Amino acid sequence: MSDATPQAPRKSSSLLSVDTQTQKRNSAENRFKNYGLIAVMAGLLALVILLTSILNNGLSSFQQSFVTIEVELPEAKLDKSGTRDLTVMSKVTTFGYAPLLTAAMQAVIEENGVEIEGLTKKEIGGFVSKDSAAQLRDFVLANPEVVGTTQSFTFLANGRIDGYYKGRVTAASAELDKNVSPAQLQLADALLDAGVLTNGFNTGFFTKGDASGQRPEAAGLGVAILGSLYMMIVVLCLALPIGVAASIYLEEFAAKNRFTDLIEVNIANLAAVPSIVFGILGLAIFINFAGLPQSAPIVGGLVLTLMTLPTIIIATRASLKSVPPSIRQAALGIGASKMQSVFHHVLPLAAPGILTGTIIGLAQALGETAPLLLIGMVAFVKEFPGAPPEGFFDPASALPVQVFNWTQRSDPAFVERASGAIIVLLVFLILMNAIAVLLRRRFERRW
Amino acid sequence: MNNMLMSEKKLETTQTKISAKDVNVYYGDTHAIKDVNVEIPEKTVTAFIGPSGCGKSTFLRCINRMNDTIDVCRVTGDILLDAEDIYDKRVDPVQLRAKVGMVFQKPNPFPKSIYDNVAYGPRIHGLAKTKAEIDEIVEKSLRRGAIWDEVKDRLHAPGTGLSGGQQQRLCIARAVATEPEVLLMDEPCSALDPIATAQVEELIDDLRSRYSVVIVTHSMQQAARVSQKTAFFHLGNLVEFGDTSDIFTNPSDSRTESYITGRIG
Repeated sequence: MSDATPQAPRKSSSLLSVDTQTQKRNSAENRFKNYGLIAVMAGLLALVILLTSILNNGLSSFQQSFVTIEVELPEAKLDKSGTRDLTVMSKVTTFGYAPLLTAAMQAVIEENGVEIEGLTKKEIGGFVSKDSAAQLRDFVLANPEVVGTTQSFTFLANGRIDGYYKGRVTAASAELDKNVSPAQLQLADALLDAGVLTNGFNTGFFTKGDASGQRPEAAGLGVAILGSLYMMIVVLCLALPIGVAASIYLEEFAAKNRFTDLIEVNIANLAAVPSIVFGILGLAIFINFAGLPQSAPIVGGLVLTLMTLPTIIIATRASLKSVPPSIRQAALGIGASKMQSVFHHVLPLAAPGILTGTIIGLAQALGETAPLLLIGMVAFVKEFPGAPPEGFFDPASALPVQVFNWTQRSDPAFVERASGAIIVLLVFLILMNAIAVLLRRRFERRW
Repeated sequence: MNNMLMSEKKLETTQTKISAKDVNVYYGDTHAIKDVNVEIPEKTVTAFIGPSGCGKSTFLRCINRMNDTIDVCRVTGDILLDAEDIYDKRVDPVQLRAKVGMVFQKPNPFPKSIYDNVAYGPRIHGLAKTKAEIDEIVEKSLRRGAIWDEVKDRLHAPGTGLSGGQQQRLCIARAVATEPEVLLMDEPCSALDPIATAQVEELIDDLRSRYSVVIVTHSMQQAARVSQKTAFFHLGNLVEFGDTSDIFTNPSDSRTESYITGRIG
């Protein structure tokens, strides 16, 4: 500082030359701009890496290998009584159906003249998913009249065969894998040429429930999507009205005293409470005390409501506060009641902010995992919950919990499924934010 | 300055509209208004003048109980409107404010259309049933606000899109739409340029034929131009109250004289 003074004599005050002081300030400013740019770039790079890794791993989950074969459904095996009596037919378990699939596979192999050395009968049967027998049985029990005929079915290929076309399984890795043999892969190539094996869009990923660890190809997000949707409905229906009503009361009507100060501080603190604590609270209150069922979307929704409320209240109060007091005075001045001034003038002006806060809260709730683990939503759920309102009390899963669940399974096919589920979750979050932006624009433009 | 328009400004009535008796206002521990006694006549423009922070706005806001919205504010004494105590427990401030309209310092139209701004008061007070009746009230009020000709072709344009002076006249139109008996104006011209100020002042003079107008102003010239009665406030006290011509030509209190000659304030 002090040594700069002799270098900058006052006489050189030409505007055409930059003095040292200005130079210093300019370079400091440029440095700061560059730091900012670097920070933004680092953030963008991290985002790009994250997205590429998820998309690389997960996009393949939207594709699936299918096998279309003709299956003979002999009456002698499926309906010994011959009366199509469902009680008798349902005594035949999936083990009874498995040989039919093996036979059908053998038939299709012979039909297409495929000959592969060392292909055992077990390997032929294992070519289709383990889920196929159950699929066949369900179809027969739903349509008993098909017994005795030959029907065409499209089954899921085994997860390893599916992985072969996604680059996860190779001939070399099949040598070491007891779940798949190189002969099966050769068979897959032959059937692909014959048109029996096809690769198509995996609708089952969105419509099916979870599947056990041995059949990743059958695992789907349907139950998780529906469970998350149910929970979001519960959160929206509870958190929005309660949060907005509480904010309006606190901001516009409540007297400013120690008690309301205390409430205010506590709401701010609640927003910072770890979400798992809300899970314990939910477990204690909603399940143990109120006796609501475990794993149910209603409990998940209630817990997430508790978690979302502070976010919504804080956002709503901020947007109510940002409405200029002159608007309230104007309304009061021409004889509107307090409530009229709030509902006719303040609330419409605060609506875009409230909406944004609510959607941010919902997005937070949609991605929340920890509290759901504690109320049993991590359980394996294959069956879809029923239609609302009863469905709110049926066991269901949730998207983030499904991701958590799948990442713990040993089969590498579940890594792909988990990444696919993350993509679905991200798409939902982007959609919600897009809706928030659109609604906000609409509200702002309305007047 | 004190002979502007003075000749035509005779009091048309001497009947008292608002009468304040021993009014004290406290903001928490601050004693903002001290024992104010004043009688505001009907169909007159009464100006409150005084230096900043002297309590003139506070007193104005007591007349339609806008101070109720401030938690720490406490009012004692009686303010009678047509001989009824407006601080009586049975009085609903909302009903009072329909009778005592208010125009604020900063133009504050609602962020709605010009039409809706004016129609809002009549709607919530149930002054009109049909669309036609509301249309009529809107037109009448905008005419009284001396803004009809400027906005009649764009009634559904946003009120906030008008210029400052137009916005203020819109706010006046909005205030008169509810058919008040008293119109309170809190420095209505302080945010306006001289031309808009002249328009609003002219309007205030017109309004005198129907309403009792009370105006707070910082400008002594304005008080002299528009008012028939003037009250001078200083440090929470009502120092002097009388005919405007007397206050400006022949003040009885030395503080008034100092203020109007520019020595204090």
